[in-house]
Amino acid sequence: MTPAFPTNLLLVEDSPGDVRLTQEAFRDANQAIRLHVAWDGAEAMAFLNRRGANINAPRPDLILLDLNLPKMDGREVLAQIKEDDNLKMIPTVILTTSEAEADIDRSYRLQANCYLNKPVELEAFEALVRSINDFWLTKVKLPQQRPLG
Amino acid sequence: MNGKHVKTILLVEDNAGDVRLTQEAFRDAHQCVDLRVASDGMEAIAFLKRQGKYTNSPRPDLILLDLNLPKLGGHEVLAFIKNDLGLKMIPTVVLSCSDAEADIVKSYQLQANCYLTKPGLLDAFETLMKSMSDFWLTRAELPRQRQSA
Repeated sequence: MTPAFPTNLLLVEDSPGDVRLTQEAFRDANQAIRLHVAWDGAEAMAFLNRRGANINAPRPDLILLDLNLPKMDGREVLAQIKEDDNLKMIPTVILTTSEAEADIDRSYRLQANCYLNKPVELEAFEALVRSINDFWLTKVKLPQQRPLG
Repeated sequence: MNGKHVKTILLVEDNAGDVRLTQEAFRDAHQCVDLRVASDGMEAIAFLKRQGKYTNSPRPDLILLDLNLPKLGGHEVLAFIKNDLGLKMIPTVVLSCSDAEADIVKSYQLQANCYLTKPGLLDAFETLMKSMSDFWLTRAELPRQRQSA
């Protein structure tokens, strides 16, 4: 099934290796995905608020957010997204190596839509990306891209 | 991966047939879950707040919430959960017959963790429930905080 419009994903991740692996895994899983990358928290907020070079940035259908980021931490990015009436409805999935209970609970308290632990092994990581594609981009009804306000 | 305790799921659903199908879907997926059922919105809140006959009810790890409920509608229950400091971190999956964009958008605005449309056909319903339980019970990290509120 090829949708008429691409699905825009915003990946907020500072590790070039992880970005590459995520790009490849999504390319294998779903050709209709356009993966945008923000390398730190400040860049993610500029993309979402269409500031600076991001003036024509699409509104993402889904955000994949790492927690440990330079400049602005992922926890702060999450808090800002979920406090913004325009952005809060974009499903935001935490994708991080942190297994700390404090990070899991805090993310859900800040209204992360879901928390996923990034596996270190390549095959497990690829399987996780497939499951994000199969569940979030296939089964789940996402809010339609319609800028509010 | 997730903790080893049996996950408690609160299903808020007034249709006895859908309750039965959900129970069977979990059983068929070999997911060992403690499935509790609230058949209207008021009962769901009593369960979550441990009121009346629910004094000793367990805190659910996941909530499956229908939107069309007697007494108190699903959106009202969702708003209650997501405005309650003790409950807001419990992932709440909306499971509704409604495909209406307004219902989807409103649910995400109220911070539903994800929105699923209940398919009419039995096979499709079973597939969806399997996919939902695979994702939330085996892929996602759920909040660890066991007691609160």
